[in-house]
Amino acid sequence: MTTPASSTAAHRARTAAARPMIECRGIQKHYGDYHALRGIDLTIRAGEFFSLLGPSGCGKTTLLRTIAGFEDIQSGVILIDGQDMDGVQANARPTNMVFQSYAIFPHLTVAENVGFGLRRDPRSKAEKAAAVEEALEMVGLKGYGKRASHALSGGQRQRVALARALILKPKVLLLDEPLSALDRKMREQMQVELIKLQRQVGITFVLVTHDQEEALVMSDRIAVMFEGQIAQLDGPEALYARPTSRRVANFIGVMNFLPAHVLGDTPDGVEVEVPGLGRVEIPAKNVSSKDPDDEGPSVGFRPEAVSLVGAGQPVQGRVTEGVIDEVVYYGDMTYYDVRLDGSASFDGKARPIRIAMRNVFGREVQDVGTRAKVSWSPGSLVLFR
Amino acid sequence: MKGGGLRAYAILYLLFLYAPILLLPIFAFNSGTVIAFPLKGFTTQWFAQMVGNDSMRRALGNSLTIAVCASIFATCLGIFAARASTRFEFPAKGPIMGLIMLPLVLPEIIVSISLLVVLLSLGVKLNILTVILGHTLICMPYATVILSTAFNSLDRSLEEAAYDLGETKWSAFRLVILPLVMPGIISSLLMSFTISLDEFIIAFFLAGNEPTLPTYIFSQLRFPKQIPTIMALGTVLVVMSIILLTIAEYFRRRGIAKTGAKDTGGFL
Repeated sequence: MTTPASSTAAHRARTAAARPMIECRGIQKHYGDYHALRGIDLTIRAGEFFSLLGPSGCGKTTLLRTIAGFEDIQSGVILIDGQDMDGVQANARPTNMVFQSYAIFPHLTVAENVGFGLRRDPRSKAEKAAAVEEALEMVGLKGYGKRASHALSGGQRQRVALARALILKPKVLLLDEPLSALDRKMREQMQVELIKLQRQVGITFVLVTHDQEEALVMSDRIAVMFEGQIAQLDGPEALYARPTSRRVANFIGVMNFLPAHVLGDTPDGVEVEVPGLGRVEIPAKNVSSKDPDDEGPSVGFRPEAVSLVGAGQPVQGRVTEGVIDEVVYYGDMTYYDVRLDGSASFDGKARPIRIAMRNVFGREVQDVGTRAKVSWSPGSLVLFR
Repeated sequence: MKGGGLRAYAILYLLFLYAPILLLPIFAFNSGTVIAFPLKGFTTQWFAQMVGNDSMRRALGNSLTIAVCASIFATCLGIFAARASTRFEFPAKGPIMGLIMLPLVLPEIIVSISLLVVLLSLGVKLNILTVILGHTLICMPYATVILSTAFNSLDRSLEEAAYDLGETKWSAFRLVILPLVMPGIISSLLMSFTISLDEFIIAFFLAGNEPTLPTYIFSQLRFPKQIPTIMALGTVLVVMSIILLTIAEYFRRRGIAKTGAKDTGGFL
């Protein structure tokens, strides 16, 4: 968003080579009969902005809490900066947490909240006060120290929670759905601020979220979790462009699926026959072979990876024709559901595909029932076989 | 008038509740020795007599000692029970909490007699201490209920946050939980104090030769001469209760204002 892409890329390149900060090896966690974590293997690198993404009940919060030391694990090892955390209590771990409810102490002032963790610090009172002021300034709450903490707004409470955790200079900052209580505008603003803050302090951030957009915006790498297991671990672009399973593809954004007949391997990939699209060669890097469901092979593509070609417009890539089934106008975008010619040739089932078009000035929104040309390129297709 | 019948009912109801209490101060300041209208004249001699009465002072001292000790014990035990029941899961939690609540529904006379039998068979001498034990037992359910509400309203992550910031389990409790449940603790202390102060049956059975205020008042009712003094005592107790309740409410509201929580009920 507002962070320049180059700095993000540079940051990712730096952290990709960094030493491991958190290492999880074969972590198992049961609550009675409920198997919350089923063998988590994970390495989070120093300085990384890492996200655990998944639907509620997938174990992401449990994993975060085991790293923080709030939950015991039945088996497995957690190393933080090379040190085994077995038997190390939460108050002795080099991690601090921002809670979903923020957990601001309501009976203390803002400054007392932020300085809470410094109680055992041997520094003088004046030095501690200066540290508190500095931490408040870092989160944009300079001069708020004397305020009663219960009078703060949601965004301000979150900043206090951040300052309170960061003042201890932890090796890892754990964030448990920190933005879920904020309204949309505030959330987007805080996403950007969190990224800036993370780059500024250079601390490893581990974020838990169920919001895929939030994860994509903020993270260097994302682990998508389902049912206590990591389904895919990748950077945001790879995760979005090349999900390795239909489940991940469906969880992150919208993806069109069409059934595919695998014709055979080629030197550069796999050749398939897709109803409506014809014969396509899928590049090898877009081929995923570990799809767990039994629906048979399919190709997937994002709604914005295909486009409608208006009359008289130049055509790029391959073109297929179809009929517009549905038009949904969103202001900046228009969504079209298009039934491709021949898409029902497999089994008689028509499968409209969704196409997202940016509403550029001068381009008319097309009508339901009209015939349309759809352009696409084989490189944007992903094969689940 | 709308709701006229209900209004009359409410007024009669309040009159029925409070008129007898209003009679206390009237007769306490009446110079006649018989509790009956018409009133004779104004006097404060009954109050002077009350202050000068050694055995009444002794009973008052006993009652205060018992009430203070019993309310502190019941509240401390209530803190443990409330904390355990709201924060942890353990086997037989339901039955254990039920057992704590049992004195609430057991007839007090049964509780008293059982305690008496046990204490006598153990060879314990009956005195103030035995009354304190009995009162702690009957105050426990009230303390536990009040404190459970206080503990329940706390966000569990507050404690985890303190722990995460380097505090031990005990210091996290002291620095975060205790200040936040303080209004509940004060409520529990006052509730237990009030219950203990006017408790009669247990005090009657377990006090041995030591009178408490209620047992003393009961023993004096046989002597008509003493009744105006009892009226004066009653007046003092009513005034004290109102002052105590006001103080409690003041602290409760201040606690709520300090944490910015929403005011849900209370005494006044």
